[in-house]
Amino acid sequence: MISSANIDAVPTTPLGLSNLPRLARRYPLVLLGGGLLMLLIILALAAPLYAGDPQNMDPFVRLQPPSAEHWFGTDNLGRDVFARTVYGARISMMVGLISALLAACTGLLMGVVAGYVHRFDNVIMRVMDALMSIPTILLAIALISLTGPGIGILIVAVTLPQTPSVTRLVRSVVVSVRERPYVEAAVCGGARLPKVLRRHILPSTIPPLMVQSAIVCADAIMIEAGLSFLGVGVPPEIPSWGNMISSSRVYLASAPLTIFAPGIFLTLTVLAVNLLGDGLRDLFDPRAKRRR
Amino acid sequence: MSGPLLKVEELVKHYPLCGGLFNKDPLVVRAVESVSFSVEAGETLCIVGESGCGKSTIARLLMRLGDPTGGRVLLEGTDIASLNKYELRNWRRRMQMVFQDPYSSLNPRLTAGQIITEPVENFERLGRKRREALAAELLQKVGLAPEIMHRLPSELSGGQRQRLGIARALSLKPSIIVADEAVSALDVSVQAQILNLLVDLQEQTGVSFVFISHDLGVVEHIGDRVAVMYLGRIVELGTCEALFANPMHPYTEALIAAAPVPDPTQARSEVPVEGEVPSPVSPPSGCAFHPRCPLAQERCRVEVPKLTPMPDGRTVACHVRATAEV
Repeated sequence: MISSANIDAVPTTPLGLSNLPRLARRYPLVLLGGGLLMLLIILALAAPLYAGDPQNMDPFVRLQPPSAEHWFGTDNLGRDVFARTVYGARISMMVGLISALLAACTGLLMGVVAGYVHRFDNVIMRVMDALMSIPTILLAIALISLTGPGIGILIVAVTLPQTPSVTRLVRSVVVSVRERPYVEAAVCGGARLPKVLRRHILPSTIPPLMVQSAIVCADAIMIEAGLSFLGVGVPPEIPSWGNMISSSRVYLASAPLTIFAPGIFLTLTVLAVNLLGDGLRDLFDPRAKRRR
Repeated sequence: MSGPLLKVEELVKHYPLCGGLFNKDPLVVRAVESVSFSVEAGETLCIVGESGCGKSTIARLLMRLGDPTGGRVLLEGTDIASLNKYELRNWRRRMQMVFQDPYSSLNPRLTAGQIITEPVENFERLGRKRREALAAELLQKVGLAPEIMHRLPSELSGGQRQRLGIARALSLKPSIIVADEAVSALDVSVQAQILNLLVDLQEQTGVSFVFISHDLGVVEHIGDRVAVMYLGRIVELGTCEALFANPMHPYTEALIAAAPVPDPTQARSEVPVEGEVPSPVSPPSGCAFHPRCPLAQERCRVEVPKLTPMPDGRTVACHVRATAEV
């Protein structure tokens, strides 16, 4: 789970659009994962343009097989499964990306403070250990039962258990870099603390942080789907892959697409994020690439 | 200004060893024990000694990369060890350091130009033009082509990297540079180039060096005065010529005798020194060198010898030699 991106690796290939073909040959996973993810994001964002209303119920066309009008058929309340699936992508993407961003930001802050300020090291890391020991689903259920279902609390519930892994990673990088002679040289040269951090320590944390964020994002999407499946995630009126699978599971035999459509999209999304994460790891760590 | 540029008084550094929560009296590594010396403007003071004798600790204390356990470091009369971090920042301009390892002492993500101009940019804003002009000037000073400024350290050789380290130290126009084993990581031919560069720079700018090394050949080449360290203490301090021609402390004698001489016809005086360097956690009583010293007497086991001035101006910390001479 803890990624091992090389903290000293400097990407030799400039990341620009002009050398996309070369990039594609060297790091196909980044492009494959990133491309798939981009496609899914665009699909989710553009949903109102091409898909119908996901809330629109029509009891006369319950559990229909796929047709020209309903590409993935309809569910038990006669709602369009295709529309619900692409709208569900919005929830998954939102929870996944915002959680990853939040976990990365708090993890970076906590990790840098723990790694650089000796006084706070033990406090922060023990709090993180405590956070890690709470079961994810249980914590989410507890939090959501306090406030009632909602996207905001869901994101918090998904992010909270993910921060310790990021914090630990960042801290370990900071601890190993802060003793480097070039950091001491910067201090000798009269650099103030913010500059030492910004110029000499933070750049080393970015590659492993990006890899870890991809893993966090994939985890967050899975956890959100799990919580929604259990009925403690997003409110039931909002389409989400988790509650779609949950509400359709009794119709598996009569209308399999009602389950398979969100299931396959969920798998594809998590796969895309994981591919991107693996690709980024290879990109930042030339040694991992060569071992294959 | 009167008095020496840098004066170190009774500097002490102890590193606590496994100082546990319940361990009231933790073991300490006595890395540096009451070391005193001074450096005049334009002078090169060398500190020699074998690994683990506290040379690098002194360098770190001089640069205030660590806080001393005791003693004072006076730079132009101001105690560096007692400054807070805001006052210290301004004093950093006066004293710079060249690091041992030219590989890990340069940030791999910055270009050569960024590395050597960074200290100046910590104190004043530089435009792009002025920064590049400064980088070119500094590179030329250390014998590198200005075109190098856009390269990354990974594209440079060890010698070029160490020149960058020197350029970085020079950028703030310090009055003293601490060079901690600055040439030990380099090939012998490159070592000579770097040493000559340091000598030239001293002639041009009048900068003082505290040059820390374990290599007596290097020290003899570059030093004005030499301090010989053993287990955290200075055992002998004198001018380079006198000390190499006529070592007084038995440890200095052994050190010089052990250095290889590139002349097979020259007979070498064997000075028997047996055993290993004792641990700085529990140094021997009295003179730290007495268990290995061929001249050791009863007094050496009990009493720590003080640095005693000799008629020729040097100081020696040895009961036997100091009294014999007077």
